[in-house]
Amino acid sequence: MNGSLNANHLLFLAQGALWTVGLSLIALVGGGALGFAIALCRVSGLRAVRLASGAYVQLIQGTPLLVIMFLTYFGLPPLGFSVSPLAAAGASLTIYVGAYLGEIWRGAIQSVPRPQWEAAEGLALSRTQRMAKVILPQAVRIATPPTVGFMVQIVKNTSLASVVGFVELARAGQIINNALFEPFLIYAIIAVAYFALCFPLSRLSQRLERRSGRGRTTLMPA
Amino acid sequence: MALNLDFGAVLERWPSFLDGALLTLQLAGVATVVGGALGGVAAIGRRSRYPAIRRLCEVYVEAIRNTPLLVQIFLVYFGLASLGFKFSAVTVAALALTINVGAYTTEIVRAGLDAIPRGQIEAAEGLALTRAQIYRHVVLLPAIERVYPALTSQFVLLMLASSVTSQISAEELTAVANYIQSDTYRAFETYIVVALFYVALSFLMRGGFWALSLVLFPRRRRLGTPL
Repeated sequence: MNGSLNANHLLFLAQGALWTVGLSLIALVGGGALGFAIALCRVSGLRAVRLASGAYVQLIQGTPLLVIMFLTYFGLPPLGFSVSPLAAAGASLTIYVGAYLGEIWRGAIQSVPRPQWEAAEGLALSRTQRMAKVILPQAVRIATPPTVGFMVQIVKNTSLASVVGFVELARAGQIINNALFEPFLIYAIIAVAYFALCFPLSRLSQRLERRSGRGRTTLMPA
Repeated sequence: MALNLDFGAVLERWPSFLDGALLTLQLAGVATVVGGALGGVAAIGRRSRYPAIRRLCEVYVEAIRNTPLLVQIFLVYFGLASLGFKFSAVTVAALALTINVGAYTTEIVRAGLDAIPRGQIEAAEGLALTRAQIYRHVVLLPAIERVYPALTSQFVLLMLASSVTSQISAEELTAVANYIQSDTYRAFETYIVVALFYVALSFLMRGGFWALSLVLFPRRRRLGTPL
């Protein structure tokens, strides 16, 4: 069934792009919540909590997202849990993003100058108050540029959800390609679509970085 | 609910896992060396005095960093095929990973180059070092020394990202896992084992880069610190 690219195909791709955005938001919210908890655990006063959260980060950062994806989608059903592609992709991305955002945010919390902690302690604020009223507001400013930069990684990484059959942008491209067999054209369109989603985020992150006046490089998983 | 896990059927395939891990390391090794060199050249290109070269390097970096590796792999795979070249999946995988990591390396090395104080170069000129000597001893090596931890992490991430090349059936670790799980019906156990393999490989790579740093930077300063 060879044909040429028409408006219906483009509409299908647009729908896929919408799911890419949706999945990115799920990953950002889920991974953000988990990452925040991880960041707090990493600076906890309890050694065991620090060690456990550190181990989680090491383990996840040492595993490819693709393998986590396969583990949740193909690994859980034989054990008696049924998982939809959306659930598998959302859960995998949450687990993965949580580890990376946790590290970024731990770095931000720890780069709040030491005297700020001491001053807050000197004012007899409790540990919770110190964190909520003194440290976190300053950490948020430090964390914003690398977090926006990491959102680019989230958008790109949602393309791996295609391997569990979730129809986002990359999968939509594969499906259309199966019908038309014009791989170069279709994947070029897909690449341009991802670029259109990611480039504004990259630029925003660079601008924020320049404004905050620190030329630190943020790590970007491929 | 009782979990019924059986690692035996999976673990007895250990030679296949080792083969896959070896190819993963080879892919990562080639892409690290060639992509690292490419990134170094492009980083220098981004500071060229010719605007066209600067622009070209910028377009390369932004195009790669803002699109997913999966799509890049497909583009290289089908692009080469439509031009009439026939390469094996492993060659295409190595090529795509090299192009990919080159762009990330460019940005990291550039940050290192930007951090070299102008005065150091002037001092080297004052000592009558040649342009090539200045670039090697005063600019490039100290710049790399400064961003070495970031480079290490980037190359480890590259090794993990090479799992995506299983999608064009390069027989690396993840592809081996896909095959074993479909053969043994032990998907959970297979992917757990393979995840641990990757964790071990990332520790191995970090160790390797640490050992390399002892050779490359004999001054034994704390890496990544300001000059």
